[in-house]
Amino acid sequence: MTTAASPAITPELVREHGLTPEEYEKIKQLLGGREPTITELGIFSVMWSEHCSYKSSRVHLKRLPTRSKRVVQGPGENAGIIDIGDGWACAFKIESHNHPSFIEPFQGAATGMGGILRDIFTMGARPVAVMDSLRFGPVTPSKAAGGGARATQAEIHKNQSIVEGVVSGVASYGNCFGVPNLGGETKFEACYSGNPLVNAFALGLVRRDQIFYAKAAGEGNPVIYVGSKTGRDGIHGATMASEEFSEASEAKRPNVQVGDPFLEKLLLEACLEAMQTGAIVGIQDMGAAGLTCSTCEMGARGKVGTEIELDRVPQRETGMSPYEIMLSESQERMLLVAQKGREDEVFRVFEKWGLDAVEIGRVTSDGKMRVLQHGKVVSEIPNEALTDDAPVYKRPLQRWEPPVPREMPHQIRLAETADLTRNLKLLLASPNICGKRWVWQQYDHMVQTNTVEGPGAGDAGVIRIKGSQRGLAMALDGNGRWCYLDPQLGAMHAVADAARNVACCGATPVGATNCLNFGNPEKPQIMWQFSQVVDGITKACEALDVPITGGNVSFYNETLGEGIYPTPVLGIVGTLDDVHKAVFPHFREPGRVVVLLRGSELGDRVDAEAEFGSSEYAKEILGAVWGFPPALELEREAALQKAMVGMIQAGLVDSAHDCSEGGVAVTLAESAFAKDVGAKVDLPALGLPAEFVLFGEDASRVVVSCDRSNLSGIQQVAVKYGISADVIGETVPERLEIKANGGVVVSTSVSELRQVYESALETALRTEAVAAD
Amino acid sequence: MLNSTYSHGEENQMKFGVIIFPGSNCDHDAHWTIGHVAHQPVTFLWHDSHDLQGCDVIIVPGGFAYGDYLRTGAIAKFSPVMESVRKFADGGGLVLGICNGFQILCEAGLLPGALIRNVGLKYVCKPVHVRVETAATPFTSACREGEVLTIPIGHMEGNYFCDDATLAELRRDRRVIFRYTDPNGQITPEANPNGSLDNIAGICSPGRNVLGMMPHPERFSEAELGGTDGFKIFESLVGAMAEK
Repeated sequence: MTTAASPAITPELVREHGLTPEEYEKIKQLLGGREPTITELGIFSVMWSEHCSYKSSRVHLKRLPTRSKRVVQGPGENAGIIDIGDGWACAFKIESHNHPSFIEPFQGAATGMGGILRDIFTMGARPVAVMDSLRFGPVTPSKAAGGGARATQAEIHKNQSIVEGVVSGVASYGNCFGVPNLGGETKFEACYSGNPLVNAFALGLVRRDQIFYAKAAGEGNPVIYVGSKTGRDGIHGATMASEEFSEASEAKRPNVQVGDPFLEKLLLEACLEAMQTGAIVGIQDMGAAGLTCSTCEMGARGKVGTEIELDRVPQRETGMSPYEIMLSESQERMLLVAQKGREDEVFRVFEKWGLDAVEIGRVTSDGKMRVLQHGKVVSEIPNEALTDDAPVYKRPLQRWEPPVPREMPHQIRLAETADLTRNLKLLLASPNICGKRWVWQQYDHMVQTNTVEGPGAGDAGVIRIKGSQRGLAMALDGNGRWCYLDPQLGAMHAVADAARNVACCGATPVGATNCLNFGNPEKPQIMWQFSQVVDGITKACEALDVPITGGNVSFYNETLGEGIYPTPVLGIVGTLDDVHKAVFPHFREPGRVVVLLRGSELGDRVDAEAEFGSSEYAKEILGAVWGFPPALELEREAALQKAMVGMIQAGLVDSAHDCSEGGVAVTLAESAFAKDVGAKVDLPALGLPAEFVLFGEDASRVVVSCDRSNLSGIQQVAVKYGISADVIGETVPERLEIKANGGVVVSTSVSELRQVYESALETALRTEAVAAD
Repeated sequence: MLNSTYSHGEENQMKFGVIIFPGSNCDHDAHWTIGHVAHQPVTFLWHDSHDLQGCDVIIVPGGFAYGDYLRTGAIAKFSPVMESVRKFADGGGLVLGICNGFQILCEAGLLPGALIRNVGLKYVCKPVHVRVETAATPFTSACREGEVLTIPIGHMEGNYFCDDATLAELRRDRRVIFRYTDPNGQITPEANPNGSLDNIAGICSPGRNVLGMMPHPERFSEAELGGTDGFKIFESLVGAMAEK
């Protein structure tokens, strides 16, 4: 083969490309024994990066359940697809953009949204909802729980600016693109200080028979490049996401791409319109590893080859080398294969929308990705060498114990002098529980006029599907601290929580997507956490009958050797046959019965003590972390969720809100905010300390309110599914009063609670951090 | 979807046209509300064409026309369709600009003043209360004067500003159509979500046939979306045309 002038490939160059000597030998072997060109080395480096190849995670991900009768497309495509009835399907996926968001928060988060949206519309689906799951380091100088130093003032400042940047990046991109943001989660823990997590979820609707795939086919068919021009931005983004951060990482700012949501909106409309012509054979977005990834993956999926000429690629800068063009991660670009002879139909649509669309090559039959510049071959690699033949590692695992006590420390004193009304207020103002209005009010959550339940209320987002009675509910959930204490059980909770949130609206959970955020997989302890988490997700998804249809893995979330908590984030989608029956968390009016539905059994005092150490109360109020996450019996969780859906479909329930962070007391308070309707309840305590009863985070519990006439109906459904349904009180105007062990332990006005809940985050972000000494 | 006309085929209906600029993103929402909720004929109008297709009402929808680059509405005002809209408005035709549409109408000179960055410097999406200052427009004839409507906003540049002389003129001619208020109709600084001069949420042209408003009436036109107050704007327009 003729190659352009290429520097010699030295061992240093190989190392700089993140490839091991063994990997380099394998490359030579796959190339028939010859040395790669510098362009080829770059291509192998990105395609074999952890980010693109899943080389450390692949052996584990195989265990995830991915099938059900509703799954139209499982993992392996740009997004998973679930059949939702009436000829409709929904495409959805969650993806991380953690590394870029740390280096350049605004653009990192914005392009994270851009990437996930392209993954959806490349399948022919119009994005109708997004959500985001965000994790940051502390923004207030609060107590350092669970070891570690208190955040310094500089750290707090830095975290505040990351929060500002990420939220406005998500807002800016989604708002301009015109997709409603239905919420998600925003959490704070010290471990995310140097490693914020930005996980973006998107969901789109597509007719079942109009789905497009990222597959090239048909020898001689034109390969067409559409969208934004290629520049030097984002080169080696995928490789950057595949290593730890050090002090030098700031210098990687030029590796972060810059987003243009306006262009993406045009690209959306043009792609969907071009798909309607029937002239498009296959289409894939250019995300990580840009033109390289889209070209070789489309060829590999179709078992064909592709030949492209780089002189034809629209370029923003002059003098770009083949290496730079192939590795650029410029945003808002797509690659498509059209039917030969029908190119003009495609070009016309893109011209109408004012976008570049250029034929850059054609489909061949030799299974290779051949790249030319000025007519000379600069790279020629079998597609499979980059995809299927990429290295797969079965990395060593080593069991790991978190450095926290497993039993309740002796100095912890409960049920003595604590003012629980005050503590409830403190908890409602704590970073992980407080209202996130400051975040979601910056997101357009109403555009497209489908939003039935937007962000803020607590459980899931709900949209209607225009022209039908149907609706979709969706929720994101994850609890890093629980996964730190017990990765497998924590991961099971993430699935159960997200699914429960969906079920609390009355929707049947039907599919899941996961974003797995971890530290360095080359450390056996991290790999063990990962393996445990995959096992937990597998068990829970099987028990709750929600297959995983796709997602993403983000390793190397470590700065200077400090890793994050293992943080799987689950996105779960549920269907509602009649969206008008959807139920929301808030109490609607006074005089309704309040019922605590419970799938889990009350544990004994020893269990309760060990589990209480994983709660927000322990961390925030007691300043300590210990023990284990709450026990979770998946069969009972599944029964609870089925019961919820049954009760809501039967119209028995006025409101439903699950118990999660902060326990039943926080659930009651959150249910009261929207309409200023509180409750007077008496909680069964069985002699346990009131703190456990109010703030313990036992699994599988939901607080519902209902008309008294529906109580027997609810109890019948509960009996049918083997869950308990205890009347704990009734709704009242403007007050929250909780009794436990015979005495009133909380008594306050709803407005006071709401005030602390609503103002905490904004106050924290506005306040200059005070010296945390 | 483009060029799709939704109609129940009844006589004496008016025809609505919704403009699509590159970057419009509430175009389909307005189209849906008019076609499926108000049951009126409606068609999309492409920015690059002068043809208003015989429409009786033109909607300049929300979104980010041309990405809001340079300044909101600054590029959109040069679209061929806007020349036709100007002539149409000069002839008394009804034009409703919503959010980005309001910004475009101001840039195009069909309405006075400008919409600048919110005082909070952030995008704000939430339902707000607006008081109907006069029912004497084709856009508010189905409302009562002084009625407080709940309609959502969603914008970064909704802070209405104009010079003193223009403000005096708007007040004198009762061309301020909506003001941000509290739920009881009181004008307070807290009720003003973006810093607008005089709590202005919507104004009309001297001929009262062009209305610009920051709140999105199409977002609160169906109960399942959380409210129906916005529908009164569309109801008014349908009523206005029936009288013609």
